[in-house]
Amino acid sequence: MKRHLVSTADLARDDALLILDTAEELAQLSGRAVKKLPTLRGRTVVNLFFEDSTRTKTSFEVAEKRLSADVINFSAKGSSVSKGESLKDTALTLQAMGADAVVIRHHASGAPARLAQSEWLHGSVINAGDGTHEHPTQALLDAFTMRRHLNPGPGRDLAGRRVTIVGDVLHSRVARSNVHLLTTLGAEVTFVAPPTLLPIGIENWPCQVSYDLDAVLPKTDALMMLRVQRERMNAAFFPTEREYSRRYGMDGIRMAQLPEHAIVMHPGPMVRGMEITAEVADSPRCTVVEQVANGVSIRMAVLYLLLGGATLADSPRTDSSETAQ
Amino acid sequence: MTSYLIRNAQILGGAPKDIHIADGVVREIGEGLTVEADVDIDAHGLIALPGLVDLHTHLREPGREDAETVLTGTQAAAKGGYTAVHAMANTFPVADTAGVVEQVWRLGQESGYCDVQPVGAVTVGLEGKKLAELGAMHDSAAGVRVFSDDGKCVDDAVIMRRALEYVKAFDGVVAQHAQEPRLTEGAQMNEGQVSGELGLGGWPAVAEESIIARDVLLAAHVGSRLHVCHVSTAGSVEIIRWAKAKGWNVTAEVTPHHLLLTDELVRSYDPVYKVNPPLRTAADVEALRAALADGTIDAVATDHAPHPAEDKDCEWAVAAMGMVGLETALSVVQQTMVDTGLLNWEAVADRMSYRPARIGRLTGQGRPISVGEPANLVLFDPAYRGAVDPESFATRSRNTPYRGLDLPGRVHATFLRGRATVLAGELADRDGLA
Amino acid sequence: MTTDGTTAPRPPHQVLDATDIARVVTRIAHEIVERAKGAEDVVLLGIHTRGVHLARRLHARLTQITGRDIPLGTLDITMYRDDLRLKPARALEHTEIPASGIDGKLVVLVDDVLFSGRTIRAALDALSDIGRPRAVQLAVLVDRGHRELPIRADYVGKNLPTSLREAVQVQLADSDGRDAVLVGDRDYTARSTQALAASPHLPE
Repeated sequence: MKRHLVSTADLARDDALLILDTAEELAQLSGRAVKKLPTLRGRTVVNLFFEDSTRTKTSFEVAEKRLSADVINFSAKGSSVSKGESLKDTALTLQAMGADAVVIRHHASGAPARLAQSEWLHGSVINAGDGTHEHPTQALLDAFTMRRHLNPGPGRDLAGRRVTIVGDVLHSRVARSNVHLLTTLGAEVTFVAPPTLLPIGIENWPCQVSYDLDAVLPKTDALMMLRVQRERMNAAFFPTEREYSRRYGMDGIRMAQLPEHAIVMHPGPMVRGMEITAEVADSPRCTVVEQVANGVSIRMAVLYLLLGGATLADSPRTDSSETAQ
Repeated sequence: MTSYLIRNAQILGGAPKDIHIADGVVREIGEGLTVEADVDIDAHGLIALPGLVDLHTHLREPGREDAETVLTGTQAAAKGGYTAVHAMANTFPVADTAGVVEQVWRLGQESGYCDVQPVGAVTVGLEGKKLAELGAMHDSAAGVRVFSDDGKCVDDAVIMRRALEYVKAFDGVVAQHAQEPRLTEGAQMNEGQVSGELGLGGWPAVAEESIIARDVLLAAHVGSRLHVCHVSTAGSVEIIRWAKAKGWNVTAEVTPHHLLLTDELVRSYDPVYKVNPPLRTAADVEALRAALADGTIDAVATDHAPHPAEDKDCEWAVAAMGMVGLETALSVVQQTMVDTGLLNWEAVADRMSYRPARIGRLTGQGRPISVGEPANLVLFDPAYRGAVDPESFATRSRNTPYRGLDLPGRVHATFLRGRATVLAGELADRDGLA
Repeated sequence: MTTDGTTAPRPPHQVLDATDIARVVTRIAHEIVERAKGAEDVVLLGIHTRGVHLARRLHARLTQITGRDIPLGTLDITMYRDDLRLKPARALEHTEIPASGIDGKLVVLVDDVLFSGRTIRAALDALSDIGRPRAVQLAVLVDRGHRELPIRADYVGKNLPTSLREAVQVQLADSDGRDAVLVGDRDYTARSTQALAASPHLPE
């Protein structure tokens, strides 16, 4: 594994499987009376959130606390270069505080990559979602959820499994992270969206593209519905909410077209009545709640694998202790 | 005034000749000149070009002296081989009145390193709504003939039409920053494969091309002169080629960075590559080089855009757009156009001196190196190769995309009306220029 | 080659063979039954990696002796180690606690070599997070001494006095293709996979 988790494109198949297998082991913890491990005692993890995200932030915080890390929540919402502290100064501050890892959520695509490449900060950088770029831990928990349902067992991948991702691909960091990771794990990805919500150049991505949801459903093992923000209507990405739901929304009739074993996923928060009806969201095939639980296990696995062993910050200390003996 | 005898310089890349400069003009050109001069320069292996003329420079003064001043900007220009630059109007306050353009012009005069020709804003405050006092700026001491809202597009078709018509009265030209604003809301980089993958807002080629198409038609309709700033796409080239074939009075410029760099560099998210118009694809780069070679694009213009470190040392989305370019322009042109066989040095002189001076209607600049002409020239060593070191720059800013990159050629000396502003690669003492 | 006059590191020599190991496992199984009064509430927990194999063998013997299926589980103590920062993060092994749990039970931890005692310390910490056993006992194949913590084994296959220069290598058919216990110079074995077992400040 690299020192940072910025993009799922950086994860080789073995890295991805190691994370999934570790998460599988850590998932057992939730059934125990004491849901805590001493592993990251003395490590400081900063949750640096420039954007509201109760779900992701809570999930990371639970994961960090279960591993006994010292958790600092650094809410930087509303801060910008013009109004307040720059990303650089914030990073320098966190470095001075001795952060071993920074979990960053930022509205600007590339901010975590910038932090990881900079000299501002020596700790690990974990991308908790950047702009419309990536959200690697979400993709990992999605893959984890799919593997549990479609090919359970340690060391297993998603070879040949057909994953259909529906919705606002253009603005989705979840879609980008998923397409890299799922492809690495051998799955076949199909995006379904109105052409206005697909990025230019998608024909060169390692995926299929369709404008016809009904045609794809019978050939789907895992269906992932992406959130569609109502504001997109105002920018003429689609005419009305009703038309969007009719063409690309998931309802009971469409759910019946899925193979029996197929699951319906959603990264949340769901916009009920828009991309998904209550009938689908509340059905036993929908894994939304399970995904949330899996998110904690995945984030624990990532934190453990990045911080649990020797890190860059440790190496000088290790050297000196060895020469002292 | 110091006189110079430059020995064995290859004028426009031709056979070695001696050039005698005295009293601000070229006195004599020949082989084995025996005249006495105050300073002898051995120019063996150096190319002599007419002093370069930049149509597109941001000197930042007044208002952003932390990024650049007229003095540091003209020093950078001299080090890059320039003897005249057009100072863009997007200063604080905006150069939209006679007062501001005269101030910039006067600061240029005082600098002494390079002529500064202020560009006037087309509209008040660059807001695209109300014509600025174009005539007053022309009639001022600055004698403005080039008008541009650069940084912003004059997107209102009626305002653009009126501006094109109005400046005909004093042989002016409107230099358009072609960018359809609605198509580029939230734009962060070229729209294409890379923007899709990086999740950065796209700046589509069509946003540039649609404005250029409209503007060449408008210019043709009212019989005016149009100049297109920093052309960046293959499609724009096609439109300009078509307009020129029609015989319409359209000129265009390309920046050095658009001749060399592509949007693949944005994958690093390093804001040093953030520029407007954005870096495009390799196919665009190729089309731009071909257009500059065949004359469809008239000039290389730097779009030198200095920014202080803090405006680049941040996340991509909030970083300022622009790159410094004065001190690397000729090297980039050598690499992309000369070493590739697309242009010879004579044509480089045409694209970087004669034509830009003609577009800006400068007198005494962009003249051939011949006896009796003002002694504006640059001695350039094309054999040199070395890594770009921003710390050696004269510009106040360091936002160059070429840091550490090996580029060919370097300026050995620059002469502005017979005075050496740069000698042996070093800036002249300011006292000696006054 | 060497400056202090000693000879080159010696290759490891065998101290227990397959028959010895089988006998030792049988003996420990009997001891457990004896001391735990029929092993009514015994839960066997093997510590990864070779402790798991030993626990499985012990379990088979105990089943033979008592005629009952003694609960058997596995324990991965990685997350409780005190030397995590000395190496890159390790992959986790599977922890499996028997469905009947460990609360109120007699847990017998099983490991291959007892050395510094740090692995057992970690295992005890892990146990206390999982439940509250009535008592915890420790069974090891080899006790090589050099304890760094106040920990002792309840069942020992063989006491093996060693020097810190030496490394003890336990091989079990399940993971190594054959059953054997070897002792050799640390420098020699440093090139083999058992380098860690030779280091006194690391769990064995």
